[in-house]
Amino acid sequence: MAATVFMIVRLRSLFAVVMLSGIYSLLAAVMFVVLDAVDVAFTEAAVGAGISTVLMLGALALVKSEEKTPERTAILPLLAALVAGAALVYGTLDMPHYGDPNAPAQKHVAPTYLMESVPKTTVPNVVTSVLASYRGYDTLGETVVILTAGVGVLLLLGGRRRRRKPGKEGE
Amino acid sequence: MIHHLILRVVAKLLIPYILLFGLYVQFHGDFGPGGGFQAGVIFASAFVLYALIYGVEKARQVIPDAVLRVGIGLGVLIYGGTGVVSLLLGANYLDYSPLAHDAPHGQHIGIFAVELGVGITVASVMATIFFQFAGRSERDEED
Amino acid sequence: MAWLGLYNYWIVVFLMMAGLYIVIARENLIKKLVGLNVFQASVFILYITVGKVDGGTAPIIAEGIEVYSNPLPHVLILTAIVVGVATTALGLALVVRINEAYGTIEDDELEERERET
Repeated sequence: MAATVFMIVRLRSLFAVVMLSGIYSLLAAVMFVVLDAVDVAFTEAAVGAGISTVLMLGALALVKSEEKTPERTAILPLLAALVAGAALVYGTLDMPHYGDPNAPAQKHVAPTYLMESVPKTTVPNVVTSVLASYRGYDTLGETVVILTAGVGVLLLLGGRRRRRKPGKEGE
Repeated sequence: MIHHLILRVVAKLLIPYILLFGLYVQFHGDFGPGGGFQAGVIFASAFVLYALIYGVEKARQVIPDAVLRVGIGLGVLIYGGTGVVSLLLGANYLDYSPLAHDAPHGQHIGIFAVELGVGITVASVMATIFFQFAGRSERDEED
Repeated sequence: MAWLGLYNYWIVVFLMMAGLYIVIARENLIKKLVGLNVFQASVFILYITVGKVDGGTAPIIAEGIEVYSNPLPHVLILTAIVVGVATTALGLALVVRINEAYGTIEDDELEERERET
């Protein structure tokens, strides 16, 4: 995974970069399976490796697919990233260890969801019941965000025939 | 893209199964991994495959833009409407308990309806976005 | 081997910083979007890591299984992924429009053309 990301940073051909980001998504999906998140892995594989790669390619067909080489070397961003990374690693030193059953995240509402899902909603897949029932408002909000994004894309890319002709006359 | 015979035949074989799998993921999401979000994406990917192989114009005839636009809104309306129905039945907004004879089954029906709404919206939005991008490049070639 | 328990977080930090570096250092707008996606995926991995319980399985209730991983992060990330791709599509649409208006998607060239007009 790290190697994929390194190549994404280095490569100039945007086509290869998009393909690598698809591979990156697939690797992330595999990682989610290992971490017991089958629903998430499913989504990541379908969305990250499937739809978003296709969308990126669709966009690449419309723009230049080669990145130009920068004139200056990017020392400052590298430094910023390194400093921020060091700070974050320092922050992780206090984090609960991987798979620790006594971590705070495991002790809050999660046991309630796991205990109550079947008696209260008859749905054995806890992810689905939490998604649609316990956190219905969140999901409603997310759906509206998707709606808004769809409308935004329609506004930006739809109805171009009408707009382009007056633009040509203007030039 | 028009002349790839093998691609066309294989796609024709695959697309029904992709749609079927999307429906399975949608309605089996209560018991196994899956749900509205994944099902929507899988459903949309069937249309994307169709558009890639047969051309965007053909795909637009199969599923017109108007249908997709209605679908985008309809999904959110189903979601919000479920909340309103439970409101009218005397419970809190998005509390599905009164939708059936007892609370657990009501919850089950509510989850089902909500997932359906999510699935419709996600599928329509993804297909719309793809058609917009792909339709644009094809129009460029025509110019 | 106490430090091994933190290994996953370090991977996340590395991926996150790589994404950040791409976003800051690269001028190409599509590359920036890819960088944002890398960053995003690293946050997803962070959340899912937090939800993992030793010896647990996927949170689908079945007989004979006692330990499940935490379902809450899964729910949050599930929706975040789909919202992420929707917003990425919106960003790509913006890039396409910018390319049509200015004829380039390099950040510095864009600034030059902006100054010329």
